[in-house]
Amino acid sequence: MERRAIFSAKVGFLFLAPALAFVAVFLLYPFVRVFLLSFTNQTLLGTTAPNPEWVGFDNYRRLFDFDRWMRLGEFGSALKITTQFVIGSALIGQVGLGLLIAWAFYRKKGVLRETVYTLVIMAWIIPETVVAFTWVAFLDRDFGTLNALLDAVGLGQPDWLFKHPLESIILFNSWRGAAFSLLLFSSALETIPPSYIETAEVAGANAWQKFRDIFFPLLRGHILTDLILITLWTFNVFTPFLLTGGGPARRTELVSIYTYRTAFHGQHEFGKGGAIAVVMMLINFALALVYLSLIRRRRVHG
Amino acid sequence: MAKTRLLLSVLLAVSLAVAALGFAAPAQAQDGPVTLTITCRCVAGGVNNNLVVWLTTYVIPNFEKMMADQGREVKVELVEFGGSDEQLKEQYALDLSVGSGYDIMAFDGFWVPEFVGAGLLKPLSEVVGPEVNEWEGWGHISPGIQAILGYQGDVYGIASGTDVRQIFYRTDLFEQAGIELPWQPTSWEDVLDTARKLKEAGVPIPLQINAGTAMGEATTMQGYFMVLLGAGHHMYDFEQNKWIVSSPAILDALNFYKTVYVDEELGDARMQLLQDGRNRSFVEFRDGNIGMLVEGDWFWRSVMAPGSETGLENRNELVGWAKMPAKEPGAGYNSQDFVSISGGTGWVINPNTEHPSEAWALLSYMSSPEPVRAFELMQPRISFRDDVAVAGDPVMTAMAEALLPLTTVRPMLPEYPQISYEAQLMTERVVSGEMTPEEAMQAFDEAVTELVGEENVIRIPLQ
Repeated sequence: MERRAIFSAKVGFLFLAPALAFVAVFLLYPFVRVFLLSFTNQTLLGTTAPNPEWVGFDNYRRLFDFDRWMRLGEFGSALKITTQFVIGSALIGQVGLGLLIAWAFYRKKGVLRETVYTLVIMAWIIPETVVAFTWVAFLDRDFGTLNALLDAVGLGQPDWLFKHPLESIILFNSWRGAAFSLLLFSSALETIPPSYIETAEVAGANAWQKFRDIFFPLLRGHILTDLILITLWTFNVFTPFLLTGGGPARRTELVSIYTYRTAFHGQHEFGKGGAIAVVMMLINFALALVYLSLIRRRRVHG
Repeated sequence: MAKTRLLLSVLLAVSLAVAALGFAAPAQAQDGPVTLTITCRCVAGGVNNNLVVWLTTYVIPNFEKMMADQGREVKVELVEFGGSDEQLKEQYALDLSVGSGYDIMAFDGFWVPEFVGAGLLKPLSEVVGPEVNEWEGWGHISPGIQAILGYQGDVYGIASGTDVRQIFYRTDLFEQAGIELPWQPTSWEDVLDTARKLKEAGVPIPLQINAGTAMGEATTMQGYFMVLLGAGHHMYDFEQNKWIVSSPAILDALNFYKTVYVDEELGDARMQLLQDGRNRSFVEFRDGNIGMLVEGDWFWRSVMAPGSETGLENRNELVGWAKMPAKEPGAGYNSQDFVSISGGTGWVINPNTEHPSEAWALLSYMSSPEPVRAFELMQPRISFRDDVAVAGDPVMTAMAEALLPLTTVRPMLPEYPQISYEAQLMTERVVSGEMTPEEAMQAFDEAVTELVGEENVIRIPLQ
C-alpha cells in the first residue's frame, strides 16, 4: 500500500519556510558576514570604517602571533584564562556543586531541601546585572559583606577582585550556574530504582561505595551531557565582565571579553573581532561535535 | 486553490509583520511641535551637575521661550549620561553608525578626526546650511578654540572651552608634613622628595598620577603626557609627521611610574587598575588621603567645586596647585621648565538630525554671550568667547595665565585614539609590575608599528 502524505513536499517546505528564513536571517547571514569581515580591516571609527580593505589572513596572523601570544590581553592568554575558568567554574564548580547538593538531598524532603533548592535556583534566574552588582558589593575589599564576615572572625580583609580576580569570578560563576546541574542530577537520581540502594544498604555499603558503584555508573550519561553543555555555555559567558571588566591588567580577560574589547571598545576593530569570532565558532563547533558523537555512541551502546 | 490561499496568507502575515516592524515609528508631522534632544556626560547631583543645572534652568527654558516668541514650538529634552567618557564615545559611535543618536551631543575634540574619518560626522555647513557661517559668535572665538571641534579645515560643532593640566595638592597634608607653602617643584626629584616626606608623615597616598587603560584618555592626558613631555618630547613628531615609539624619554617616563607605583609605592597602583579608579581618586583626594594628584582644571572647577558630589566646601583653603615640572629644569618639551597639555570639548550637531535648523538655533544660542556668562557664574572656567570673562575665580584665572603659554595639544589624527590606548596599556604594564619599562616600551613599539606601519614611526636611540 502506498503511503500518502497529507501535504505535498512543497506545502511541507512552505511550513518550514518561516523557520528556515529565521535561521537564514539570524544565523547564516551573520555567520557569513562575520566570516567575510574577518578578512578585512573594517573598523567602526576612522578611515577604515567607510573604506575597509581586504587584508587576507592578517587578522588571523595577528591572533596567532606566537611572540606575544601568551601576553596578558592577547589571544593565547585569553584562551588560557578561559580554560582555567571553564575547568574551575563549570567542571569543578557547577557540576561538582550540583552533584553534591543533589546527592545530599537524595530521597529527602523538608524545609531544608526546599530552601537550598530555592536559593540555588534563585541564583540562576536573577538578572545578570543585578547579580553582578550584588557580587561586587559582596567582594569589595573595604565595604564588602564577605570581608565584614571574615574580619569579624579575625581572618583579615583579602582584596578579592584585585589580588584573586580569577578565583573570584570562578567562585561567582560556580554559584551562579549550579542550578542547571542540580536540577539535571536530581531528576536523574529519581530514575534510580530505590531497590538498588536498599540492596546495597542491606549488604552494608557505605556512602562512598554507594556513590561509586551505583550512582556514578547510572548517572554517567547525565554527567556527560551536563559537562558538555556547561562547558559550551561557560566558554562563551560574558557576565564576569560586570565584576572585573576583564582586569585588573587583563587577568580575567576571557575570550568573550577579549572579543568584546577588540570589536566594541576603544579600537572598534570589527575585522579582528570577526577573526576571533570565527575561531571561537570553530572551537564551539568542535565541542559540539564531541558532544554529538558521545551522545550517539551512548545511544548505540547504551 | 488551497495552496494559493495558503501562500497568500503566509505572504499577508509576513507583510503585516514587516509593516509592524518597519513603520511602527510615528511619522513626524511637518508643522507640529519639534522635539530636540541634547545629551552630555552629566547627571543631576552627579558628574557635571553644573551642566545639568545650566541646561535645565537656563538654556532650555530661555531657548523654548525664544523660539515660541518666533512662533515656533520647540521642546528640548536633556538626556543625562552617567557612564564614563569612553562609554559615551562608544555609544555615539554605535548610534551614529546606524543613523540615529541625539540631535546635539557633547563631544570631546580628539574624537573628531576618527568620527569624521568614519563618515559619522558632517561639517556644520553641510548639516545645517551656509547660514552657520553668518553666526556672530565666530568673530569672538579664536581660531585655536574653533579648531577644537574642527578637522582639516571644516568645523563640526562649537567648542565650549579648553583646559590645562597641573598638580593639585592638599595644603593641610603639606602642613602636616612640614612642607613649605606655596609649593612649586622644579624637577621630578622635587616631586618625589615631597612624596617621600608625605609618606613619612603618614599620608596614605602621597602622589597619584594616572596610569592604565581603565581610566582611558585621562591616563594619557593627566598621566603619561605630563611625564613624557617633562622628559623632553611629544608622542608625535610634528616636523616629520611620525609617531615616536621608542626613546630615552619614554623610558624615563615609565621609570617615573615605576618609582611611584612599584619601587617606592608612593602611589596606589590598585586604584589605577580597578574599574572605577578615577572616581576613587576624587573621593580619596576629598577625604584627605591623597597628597598630590595630577589632574586637569576640570578637577578644580567641577569635581572639587563646593556643592558638587565630591566637592570640598573649603576648597580654596585645602587645595593648592603647582605647575608640573620637567624632569630637570629645561629638560621638558621645547626645552621648557614646566609642561602641560590641553584638550577641549564642545557640542556637535548629529548629521542624522531631523531638525537641523532648530538644532543649530539651540547650539548657537547656547554659545551666545548671555548663556555663556550664566554658565561662567555657575562654574568659572577658561572662557572660549573673548567677550565673556572668567567670572571671579582668581585661581582659575591664575592657572590659565600660567599654563596656557606652556601647553601643547594632541595630534588631530584619526589614529591618535588607538595609539593613546597603547600608551595607556604601556603604563598599565609597568604599574601592575607585569613588565619592566624596557619590555613595556618594546611592546608599545610593536603595537604602534603594527597600527600605523613602519614608515610612520621613528625611534630615538637609547644611550
